[in-house]
Amino acid sequence: MQRTPLYDEHVRAGGRIVEFAGWEMPVQYTGILQEHKAVREACGVFDISHMGEFFVKGSDASAWLDTLLTNNVSQLPLGHAQYSLMLNERGGVIDDLIVYHLAEDRFLLIVNASMIEEDAAWMRSHLSGNVEFENRSEAFAALAIQGPLAAAVFEKIFQRPMPSERNRVEEIEPGRSYIATTGYTGEDGIEWLVPASESANAWNTALAAGAFPCGLGARDTLRLEMGYPLNGSDLSPERTPLEAGLGFFVDLKKTAFTGRQILLDQKSSLLPHKLCAIRVLDKAPPVRPHYKVYVNGEPVSETTSGALSPSLGYGIAMAYLPPAYSDIGQEVEVEVRDRRFRAVIVKKPFYKKQP
Amino acid sequence: MNIPENLRYAASHEWILVEGDTGTVGITDHAQAELTDIVFAEPPAIGKTVKAGEVAAVVESVKAASDSYSPVTGEVIERNEAIEADPTLLNTDPFGQGWIYKIRLSDPAELAALNDAAGYRAQIGG
Repeated sequence: MQRTPLYDEHVRAGGRIVEFAGWEMPVQYTGILQEHKAVREACGVFDISHMGEFFVKGSDASAWLDTLLTNNVSQLPLGHAQYSLMLNERGGVIDDLIVYHLAEDRFLLIVNASMIEEDAAWMRSHLSGNVEFENRSEAFAALAIQGPLAAAVFEKIFQRPMPSERNRVEEIEPGRSYIATTGYTGEDGIEWLVPASESANAWNTALAAGAFPCGLGARDTLRLEMGYPLNGSDLSPERTPLEAGLGFFVDLKKTAFTGRQILLDQKSSLLPHKLCAIRVLDKAPPVRPHYKVYVNGEPVSETTSGALSPSLGYGIAMAYLPPAYSDIGQEVEVEVRDRRFRAVIVKKPFYKKQP
Repeated sequence: MNIPENLRYAASHEWILVEGDTGTVGITDHAQAELTDIVFAEPPAIGKTVKAGEVAAVVESVKAASDSYSPVTGEVIERNEAIEADPTLLNTDPFGQGWIYKIRLSDPAELAALNDAAGYRAQIGG
């Protein structure tokens, strides 16, 4: 079991520690509902140090990444971040990740904690051209500072305004410290990478600036309300990004990337399944992953994620459904505790920010 | 941790307040703290007969599905509908407004098998 450099801070702050993807992480401090609300209405800070950091550099770095990732790296402007997916030969998702474009021939990839070793092995086995690949996950800690008041917290920490544009990347100290206006909550905010040895200082600075400590429990309900997928739950090596509804992050005009042909074939025919957002209509116990989904009385699928939405007050879930049953407005039933509850397929996100 | 002296406690973290042949049942302060934010509660139906140690109520938190067991055998005579509307009562007032149901005891001798406050405190290491 691994611990982030902030483990002692979590225990000190009353964090309830659970196992997540091989890491001992805080699921909550004061309570998932309170932390969820803090991010929707004020500002929260999450330890995301378990995530991985890969550095890619060299004159062929951009072209090489374009052969492994679905989104278009060569069109990613300097100082910007891009969501992307890495696929296997069958077009299935190995991992979803964020690419930072740091310099002309230098990139930083932020990958899922559970996939660090597998991603690194895959990328190393596909190295070609003038490219240097380095897994520096253990050197970094990372914080996500998220919420409508994130800009105020940022200003207290950095003594300057937060970049207003989404997906901006700044290298604060070359090779050591970065910020990106990205996140996994649907709120404004940043993700902040610091050297592992400086993580406690960053964490406490964020708390002193008014950010509320938040655990993985709220992180999960916040991302699900936005319909953001979680790899290992909603994404898998057996499902393509088109099936997962992530076509926006797939550039099929690129000449070649791993999995592309499968996606082209899918695009010209019918997708076998589509990841759908399901809203529970009846009052029901919380829907959780792996609950059965019925259409016309027949079991057709199971949920990949599910929760009682803290912001909305009703059950929300995601499930892969056959194309015949995947349209918005399709009525389905979700089975909870041996009872079926009425539900309907809705458009993502479940939660829309009040203007 | 709050453990009132006037209650009896099941090892599965339910309490029962006995008045005559009637018992009021809920989950303990320790149980609600372990479960964290409770978002769904469903007391048993009135008239239902439950056996000691059987599932009687549903209590679910954001993160965990959990069953609540009956500490005694008997017939459910009242259910707390307030916790269906506001499950957080189980967190905020587990021994008061967060009660789950009332039961008519069919075998008061079963109470001897339950812990007193000191015994329950020892069980949870408090």
